[in-house]
Amino acid sequence: MKTCLVVDDSSVVRKIARRILEDMDFQITEAEDGEQALEACRSAMPTAVLLDWNMPVMDGYEFLGHLRRLPGGDAPKVVFCTTENGMDHISRALHAGANEYIMKPFDKDIVAAKFQEVGLVALNEQSPV
Amino acid sequence: MTPPDYEYLRKLLKDHSGLDLSADKQYLIESRLLPLSRKCGVPGIGELVQKMKGGSSSIIAQVVEAMTTNETFFFRDKVPFEHFRDAIMPDVLKARASRKSIRIWCAAGSTGQEPYSLAMSLKEMGAALAGWRVEIIATDLSTEVLEKSKSGVYSQFEVQRGLPIQLLVKYFKQNGELWQISPELRAMVQHRQLNLLHDFSQLGTFDIIFCRNVLIYFDQDTKINIFGRLAKAMESDGFLVLGAAETVVGLTDVFKPFPDKRGLYRPSGARAASPLGATSMPKFVAMAGR
Ligand SMILES: C[S@@+](CC[C@H](N)C(=O)[O-])C[C@H]1O[C@@H](n2cnc3c(N)ncnc32)[C@H](O)[C@@H]1O
Repeated sequence: MKTCLVVDDSSVVRKIARRILEDMDFQITEAEDGEQALEACRSAMPTAVLLDWNMPVMDGYEFLGHLRRLPGGDAPKVVFCTTENGMDHISRALHAGANEYIMKPFDKDIVAAKFQEVGLVALNEQSPV
Repeated sequence: MTPPDYEYLRKLLKDHSGLDLSADKQYLIESRLLPLSRKCGVPGIGELVQKMKGGSSSIIAQVVEAMTTNETFFFRDKVPFEHFRDAIMPDVLKARASRKSIRIWCAAGSTGQEPYSLAMSLKEMGAALAGWRVEIIATDLSTEVLEKSKSGVYSQFEVQRGLPIQLLVKYFKQNGELWQISPELRAMVQHRQLNLLHDFSQLGTFDIIFCRNVLIYFDQDTKINIFGRLAKAMESDGFLVLGAAETVVGLTDVFKPFPDKRGLYRPSGARAASPLGATSMPKFVAMAGR
């Protein structure tokens, strides 16, 4: 079973992300900030993490740094999903070990495309109408 | 829309762009042409048709463009670009080792995602191409999409479909909500307006042709005719790449499928069958003269 940890301080965003990822056959756990997310990873390493940047307590960037130093913490594919849409943020995230980056607002197509990009979802070929 | 207006538009589109609409696509015409009629200051499609019948070639061109489907994205379907990197380019690099030049044609380049995906793939090959001259020619019927392709400017949504984030960071510059591909990559792609129904022999001969997700809109005879002319526009050891829902199988033997590589074809050396050449060529030649 593929698992995805959805980390976002907005319950609305978590709900939307959950729905999209469940349709892609992921089992979902949720966290409201980086610290909760780190806790969740210590007890069970997920296959993927969908990660907001700006959150109270511990932000996504700091979480990623900690995650990558945990035993087995290099395994999860980490996909940022944030309104921080500047090139500087994207570069920092990639340096810190992010695998992909979604700029909000996002939709089902973008999430599917990005999860394909990191090799977690099979390609379904698309054709024009 | 009245049935005669629909029939008029169907025939006109078939003649001008090859678009082969079945008898029940009124909704498609309405959804694309109502906005255009508003733009032209007429109340509906009936009036638009009147203008077209009046011989307004600019309206005709706008109608034809409005009816094209320009949907595309970076590295669409992925697999063709893996073929490009792993099968096509290694072969062409060997075959052209003395000439050190390669010509690539995107025969329905739309807004540029396909030719720029090829340009990025080439850049990623790095030193293997040092000293080589590589031309990418992107053509399309629609001048509007060609303008966008030339500008190389994409929305946040467009750069998130199919483009790996590493390539975005490497080859694009951000400008507010928009992203522009680097001047170096833009310089790798030449743009030309071209209708595939018309003669394209003036483009010369290519090593690689991407002709994806355009033939799907045409009827059988038109496809067969275009395959015949594509084969002539290609080196005998070249490569043709078609879209996921397209094939030569059952239509022509001028190309043959490349074993185990879906969507990839090579010239077979066979000549286009003459009965078809004889029936459909004159029509296309006549159109080219318009
Ligand atoms: C669906 S897009 C395909 C873009 C790209 N090749 C891809 O696969 O993503 C089809 C393109 O074909 C162009 N087209 C339609 N009829 C054409 C014709 N007769 N000659 C040249 N281009 C045509 C349209 O303008 C449109 O940009």
